Amino acid sequence: MNDAIVVTNLSKSFETVKAVDNISFTVKDSEVFAFLGPNGAGKTTTISVICGLLRPTNGTVVLNGYDVALNPNEVRKSIGVIFQDPSLDERLTVYENLDFHGMIYHMSRQLRRQRITEVLELVGLGDKSKTIVRTFSGGMKRRLEIARGLMHRPRVMILDEPTTGLDPQTRAHIWDYVIKLSQEQKITIFFTTHYLDEAEVCDRLAIIDHGRIAALDTPEVLKKKYQKTTLNDVFLEVTGYDIREDEGDAKEHFSVIVKQKRLK
Amino acid sequence: MFDFDAIYMIWIRDLIRHFRDRSRLLGSISRPILWLLIMGTGLRGSFSMPGVNYLHYIFPGIIAMNLLFASMMSTISIIWDREFGFLKEILVAPISRTAIVMGKTLSGSTIAFIEGMFVMIFAPFIHIHLPLLTILLLMPAVFFAAFACTSLGLAIAARMTSFEGFGVISNFVIMPMFFLSGAMFPLANLPAVVNHFVLINPMTYAVDLLRSITLGLRAYPLWLDLGYIAAFTLAMTAISVFEFNKVN
Repeated sequence: MNDAIVVTNLSKSFETVKAVDNISFTVKDSEVFAFLGPNGAGKTTTISVICGLLRPTNGTVVLNGYDVALNPNEVRKSIGVIFQDPSLDERLTVYENLDFHGMIYHMSRQLRRQRITEVLELVGLGDKSKTIVRTFSGGMKRRLEIARGLMHRPRVMILDEPTTGLDPQTRAHIWDYVIKLSQEQKITIFFTTHYLDEAEVCDRLAIIDHGRIAALDTPEVLKKKYQKTTLNDVFLEVTGYDIREDEGDAKEHFSVIVKQKRLK
Repeated sequence: MFDFDAIYMIWIRDLIRHFRDRSRLLGSISRPILWLLIMGTGLRGSFSMPGVNYLHYIFPGIIAMNLLFASMMSTISIIWDREFGFLKEILVAPISRTAIVMGKTLSGSTIAFIEGMFVMIFAPFIHIHLPLLTILLLMPAVFFAAFACTSLGLAIAARMTSFEGFGVISNFVIMPMFFLSGAMFPLANLPAVVNHFVLINPMTYAVDLLRSITLGLRAYPLWLDLGYIAAFTLAMTAISVFEFNKVN
């Protein structure tokens, strides 16, 4: 079987800002891969390119054997995405959210019904299918998004800071699910996080900084190499101690540039 | 392109959201009351067109107004979806961008059609006689106009990234479109400059079409009403399809 994600010489620039600068890495089948970096390092940009939401300036991304630029629909079928910001329709019920997801992934009514029961059980929301999502807590919404991302049985699950803003109990819970999934269903997991203790669960990790890969290996090898006991220390050693410009600001900056251009 | 699963999903979702939202239903009831019964009654004294009751004159205009507001409001949901993330869920799904545009256009048109036809329940209050045939003819005409307005709203919303922007556009698009369409008064005495806007305004032809069906009064030939609205809709849909297929 081919590798889950193959990124080759990927660059992405916004006007003059180089968000991702010639990065290459491979995520193997059924691997749990952490993609770490400070704010504004280029994580979300890379994920957007992998999902086909942004077009690369240079380089290629091949996912599940399909080139994102040439075959975006096949890539989209192969991935389940949990975005940094919630993307549920809060005015709909749990069932409706999942049912609509199944529709746009072209699943039959019968299959949708069956999978909805299945994934809701998996994330412990089996009795909540008629509830309006707005009434949910942050952790429940996250679990629902994970359930939704799994419904079409993707080969690769992409999670962009899935646990930000959640309490430690919920975080632990979510990682339990994710690890269980990767083992039982042989799903490749590609995730980002700012909680470095969470990254300890990964098979391999990449640390990206200023749009470049600064380190890439298993947690053990990296700890040994930098002579640290935790990934947190490794991370600080690799990326330094300076506080970064937030990625949100960078995006804002970009949209201002675009607007100015349009006015001209 | 004709991805019926995707089109249906987008359509049914918008309809569910619309009918769960009480404030929108309230708006669709209060607007005709305000414009037809209150403004209409107040302004009727200053209107002089022999043989035509003012409230009857503006009735098709009020239908057009209600469908215009409804279609614009429903396209706002695209910006809402963008702000609150749901659009991403749709954009990473294996469906074509054109199907998204089609689904949105259909859902907006359906809602606007319902809101436009809803004005019919005020007909007895102003003693306008609407035979069944008239109502049957009105239905496709209202849907046609709803489709045109939604395609315009979507073309605007596709380029918008913030709510603030849409508020401005609404005020500078919806209100002028309504006032410069002949919905509330005949357009004969407008200054020449404003007249250009009247002629490019699709609402002008929509109101004319609806008025010709309800009252038999028309300012333009039928082929012009239908032809202009159709051409306008096609152009707007083309813009939306282009915008949605654009990847940065």
